[in-house]
Amino acid sequence: MPIPSAIVTLVLGMILVLSGLWVGQNVNLLPAAASTNAPLYDELFAVLFTIGTILFLGIVGLLIFSLVRFRRRDGDLGDGVAVEGNLQLEIFWTAIPAIVVLFVGIYSYDIYDRMGGMIPLADPHAMHGSMGSAVMPASVEELVTQDVEPRLWGGIGSPGGTEAGLLPVEVTALQFAFLFHYPEGDFTSGELHVKAGQTVELRMEARDVIHAFWVPQFRLKQDVIPGQPTVLTFTPTLPGQYPIICAELCGPYHGGMRSTVVVHEPEAFDSWLASNRPATLALTAPLATG
Amino acid sequence: MTLSLPPQTSHPSNLQPEGWLRYLSFSLDHKVIGLQYLVTAFFFYLVGGALAGMIRVELLSPISDFMPRETYNEVLTLHGTVMIFLWIVPVVNGGFGNYLIPFYVGARDMAFPRLNAVAFWLIPPAGFLLIASYFIAGAAQSGWTAYPPLSLTTPAAGQVVWILSVLLLGGSSIFGGINFIATVLKMRRPGLGMMQLPMYCWAMLGTSILVVLATPVLAGTLVLLSFDIIAHTGFFNPALGGNAVVYQHLFWFYSHPAVYIMVLPAFGLVSEILPVHARKPLFGYTTMVYSILGIVFLGLIVWAHHMFTSATPPWMRLFFTIATAFIAVPTGIKFFNWLATLWGGKIALNSAMLFSCAFIVHFVFGGITGVALAQVPFDIHVHDTYFVVGHFHYIVYGGTVFVVFGSIYHWFPKFTGRMLNEPLGRLHFLLTFIGFNLCFAPQHWLGLNGMPRRVAEYDPQFTLLNQLSSVGALLMAISTLPFLVNVVWSALAGQVAGDNPWNALTPEWLTSSPPPVENWKGPAPLVTHPYGYGVPEGQIDLKAVSGLEIWSEGR
Ligand code: HEM
Ligand SMILES: [Cu+2]
Ligand SMILES: [Cu+2]
Repeated sequence: MPIPSAIVTLVLGMILVLSGLWVGQNVNLLPAAASTNAPLYDELFAVLFTIGTILFLGIVGLLIFSLVRFRRRDGDLGDGVAVEGNLQLEIFWTAIPAIVVLFVGIYSYDIYDRMGGMIPLADPHAMHGSMGSAVMPASVEELVTQDVEPRLWGGIGSPGGTEAGLLPVEVTALQFAFLFHYPEGDFTSGELHVKAGQTVELRMEARDVIHAFWVPQFRLKQDVIPGQPTVLTFTPTLPGQYPIICAELCGPYHGGMRSTVVVHEPEAFDSWLASNRPATLALTAPLATG
Repeated sequence: MTLSLPPQTSHPSNLQPEGWLRYLSFSLDHKVIGLQYLVTAFFFYLVGGALAGMIRVELLSPISDFMPRETYNEVLTLHGTVMIFLWIVPVVNGGFGNYLIPFYVGARDMAFPRLNAVAFWLIPPAGFLLIASYFIAGAAQSGWTAYPPLSLTTPAAGQVVWILSVLLLGGSSIFGGINFIATVLKMRRPGLGMMQLPMYCWAMLGTSILVVLATPVLAGTLVLLSFDIIAHTGFFNPALGGNAVVYQHLFWFYSHPAVYIMVLPAFGLVSEILPVHARKPLFGYTTMVYSILGIVFLGLIVWAHHMFTSATPPWMRLFFTIATAFIAVPTGIKFFNWLATLWGGKIALNSAMLFSCAFIVHFVFGGITGVALAQVPFDIHVHDTYFVVGHFHYIVYGGTVFVVFGSIYHWFPKFTGRMLNEPLGRLHFLLTFIGFNLCFAPQHWLGLNGMPRRVAEYDPQFTLLNQLSSVGALLMAISTLPFLVNVVWSALAGQVAGDNPWNALTPEWLTSSPPPVENWKGPAPLVTHPYGYGVPEGQIDLKAVSGLEIWSEGR
């Protein structure tokens, strides 16, 4: 006796969903996760990967099945059945993508929020208010004291980790290098050194053309646009060395515009900072900045 | 289906050259112009392919060793520009559009034949200008997106020629768009309703609306950019108080719709091919029409998803995420409708069908990565990486170019009166399919793991996958050989096709192959059911079934 097609469909659907879940959980396509952003990103990736696998396998399976099952046999010159449409079916498959997309949208909004994407940091005028200063106290003080009040353009923020204080670094992107200036020590480095667990605030500026600051292991990218000082915060978690890559075409040596970010254990970072702080400057610095 | 084909009327006198010379002339015949577009665009496809080959050779090794770095950037800029503006857009709009639309609406020609010829003849000079810039002053180096300030600081001559060339091509595209809108709306044969048109007409109507609304914005933007370069104005130059991000908004306001200008016509062509070779009506005609209109509308309000890392404020990121993701809904409808068209058909697995089905596979894949890219937190990581390169090649090559090949296999008998060779066609399909997937699938992983796009040198850990990708590109290059041999040989000595080798119902098949200048001898046929294939449900097709099936039905 043939198995009823409803049961076959049900079983196939379950296999499909299970294999999608398996793929989403077990196939790792991403590099190491080294910032507080990264696990959130990977969570989103797994969900998208699962849904994508289910849809892709389902649709391709259906297609291949149709091509095999309904192929024209030799000598058969007839037509298929004249179905011109089926409103219920069509509503059904309008609804499926709509629901999937809605779910994905809400979920990714949640991830975005947890990454700190909704923290308003774009407008210094808003920051004069109590709300803004509650969010980013350190940076507001810095900003307000400056003569020129730059409009701030933010990437994804990264709240949390503030108990260790904020590590400010001034980043200058130029053809074809990144320069990292540490206001705390008043020295400039070609590499970015940060402390695991401490939130870093990059204040970025471009000299010539647009560049982009990208650290794949942090899952973080931000364009650095001339004329638009940009603030990017993140919290590194996993000690190690990771590449900093320029991701925006910026000229002939764009491919060579790379640097390294070193995430130190806390003590190692402090000694790195101390060893780089120019001894004489360290004494005069307080005088100079008043 | 109603049609009336009275025999032979007198041949209208015409002053146009006859024979093959027509194809080199300022012909007003939409069929000649269509083929002019096709052949010219294919020539530029080979040029763009050669440029892609140079890119893939450079990327064989992780260091920049094959060509100077400046040259590499010129090559990648030319590759993108040639492929988009000189191959995809002209071939699916100008090429098939001009050939098919007048047939489909029951007209003898396009609404404005002279404008049509002008639109075509803008293309060769624009194309040669662009390529010549490489040899004369050095081509543009700032990518097909030409973001300032980079485009303001790279050598000016090449960039200005690039702008000029793109302006000419944009003009050509606008002329074409106006012509298609007028033809579909105004040139329909009396008695032919809008909802009776073949789906390709709707696709071209939607595409042309996008062309007419969006291309002028690109033109204006590029004119401003050229002012910045030549006259040192400061629209987009931050050093002079301008704003570089405004350029990105304006550019993508055209260039996102442009991706639909490249793919909607392909949707239309697939909708013509599948019913004929599956011997079934197109499933869900009405929802197909509305989903095209939905895509057109949504396509106009999603552009900033290309700018998620350009310091866009959170509300803007959210809005564009939602709008972009929702394009998946009308797009999904179309794919399910195509699958339902195949379901229960009698599918001929010929080259046209194989290419069309591969289109479905690739586009679904590219659509899934697209919806992922629409999510800001996801995109922040992979923007401007090889992941995006993979995404859009799955869409533009795996989607549109596959459809173009499928369409050539489908309509070649109409163009020339001869069939293309089927075994060679399948060989072409197999090579292209394997080569394409080998070339572009690994790029997704590369992007996720740290390879940015538009680089001549990269982290050595990525060498193997890049070499694999280059092997795929080589296969793709080889795959054009059986195709070219097939086309040339079949055009001269292929099997004679007859008027309607596929037994199709759309009006271009209801005339001789190749068709006469006036499209049909005698009045144009009125085709009100372009997809009237198939036997009613439950009825047995006597021609088709075997005795056994009749027996089992009767039980
Ligand atoms: C479901 C539909 C689609 C969605 C949701 C989608 C989404 C996206 C997104 C978000 C990006 C930006 C990625 C980035 O740069 O970070 C993108 C890039 C791109 N998409 Fe799609 N896409 C879809 C379909 C298409 C189609 C139909 C085409 C073309 C026919 C296309 C061609 C492109 C191109 C050319 C780019 C890259 C442009 C560049 O930066 O040079 N996409 N897509
Ligand atoms: Cu760069
Ligand atoms: Cu887009």
